[in-house]
Amino acid sequence: MKIEAKNVHVYYGSDHVLKGVTLSIKKNTVTALIGPSGCGKSTFLRCFNRMNDLIENARVEGEIQIEGVDIYHPKINVNELRKTVGMVFQKPNPFPKSIFENVAYGLRVNGVKDNALIEEKVESSLRGAALWDEVKDKLKKSALALSGGQQQRLCIARALAVEPSVLLMDEPASALDPISSTKIEELIYSLKANYTILIVTHNMQQASRTSDKTAFFYMGDLVEYDDTRTLFTNPKKERTQNYITGRFG
Amino acid sequence: MGKKGKSKIKKRLKYFSNTRVYEYQDQAFKYFGLFCTLIGVVVLMLLLGDVLYRGLSRLDWDFIMGLPSRRAARAGIFTAWVGTLWIMVLTAVIAFPIGISAGLYLEEYNKRSRLSNIIEINIANLAGVPSIIYGLLGLELFARALRLGESVLTGALTLSLLILPIIIVSTREALKAVPYSIREGSYALGASKWQTIWFQVLPAGVSGIFTGVILSLSRAIGETAPLIVIGALTFVPFVPEGVLDSFTVLPIQIFNWVSRPQKEFSENAAAAIIILLSITFIMNGIAVYIRHKWQKKVKW
Repeated sequence: MKIEAKNVHVYYGSDHVLKGVTLSIKKNTVTALIGPSGCGKSTFLRCFNRMNDLIENARVEGEIQIEGVDIYHPKINVNELRKTVGMVFQKPNPFPKSIFENVAYGLRVNGVKDNALIEEKVESSLRGAALWDEVKDKLKKSALALSGGQQQRLCIARALAVEPSVLLMDEPASALDPISSTKIEELIYSLKANYTILIVTHNMQQASRTSDKTAFFYMGDLVEYDDTRTLFTNPKKERTQNYITGRFG
Repeated sequence: MGKKGKSKIKKRLKYFSNTRVYEYQDQAFKYFGLFCTLIGVVVLMLLLGDVLYRGLSRLDWDFIMGLPSRRAARAGIFTAWVGTLWIMVLTAVIAFPIGISAGLYLEEYNKRSRLSNIIEINIANLAGVPSIIYGLLGLELFARALRLGESVLTGALTLSLLILPIIIVSTREALKAVPYSIREGSYALGASKWQTIWFQVLPAGVSGIFTGVILSLSRAIGETAPLIVIGALTFVPFVPEGVLDSFTVLPIQIFNWVSRPQKEFSENAAAAIIILLSITFIMNGIAVYIRHKWQKKVKW
């Protein structure tokens, strides 16, 4: 087992938004987190790189282990954790810098000074995110001049550059057009070989196409967690059935 | 359709006929707004024209490089503008780092604490305190308690206090305009808070910060009252060579000249005003240029 969450609770002030979630995730798989808005799936995703730490009044209880390491242990360096567990956000958020500097940033803040190495990493990361051919001639141009889909792939390249082993994706294609969306999905599929991926999505087709396992959340509870095919064709709980067939949510 | 449809439209138009009133309102406000804008611009133009008309003939190299004199025709503004330059640079050196750091702290490190709220209200109030009060504070604190006397340093420290609230507020506003998603993106890559602020937030907010900072500085060099209080209204026949030398500045020289009865001195004042305005315009120009340049670099 690669990732293990045991009885995870999250509170925002007095709001109990995640109510004891336990699940384990295998290495090099894609896990989709689905459920209606406000069900706690994004909150759960943000537990794995401790982005919830940045929210005032947020409190996480329970235990999350990544390869046997308790990531909420007081001795854990959060910045180191976030290098191991990369994240891609819902809205593409490239830095207002050049394409090159966007990808190089993660290396630079890690103290990498060797320019040849940085150049090499930038190229391999952009190739990894299937963006290299589109941007290789304009690496010095502003990242904000790229299209939304390209920006999102740049954000993925940026995350890959620091060599994480886990990738968290919070609705990475929801702000994109169908073609860009397909490209992201293909990318997720190819990244699976080297990364363990958790993806939050509102798109059922996307979940069924890209993921190996799917977790359905409702009102802060993990309702059902199973192989994607089983969950979509033969759900055990009625609530899951209703949600995936569009009868509520 | 035919007839029935037509009558429906007619009815509808009749029903909505009172919307005409809104159109009149719109027009009326447009002209009123134009009028208000013109008042400002025309008055400013008249003042500027008047100053140029009176002062331009007096303006020459000897006037700019001349030392003060009791005779109007021989008096120059060399000590005054050099004093202004001293004050400007020293105030910038003192106030910018302190103000920007304070703004950063309040916005990035201590955003929603109670202390921060109290400080915020106080800073807003401080920005509205009359400048002469700052002068009195400077006189007591810097000139007397710290024994800095009527020096350039006293003047710069006093003006720094005066513009600190403006710098802090504009820094905070500029940082607020930087989207949270940028910070999130940086943290998610394992950057520390300091790295996030230094490499992402500050560069993204720098145009706003600099604009506010430079405008605050142009306010500082135009100030007269606080500097009079700390004793800069004296006959200074030499240029300050260190931060502890006594000094005078352009606004005080102007104030000095306009308060004299002779017509020649008021000509001198007009010429000095042209110089002071030029400095202010140049600084505002720099502010606009920086904003423009950085906006091109940093686009959202």
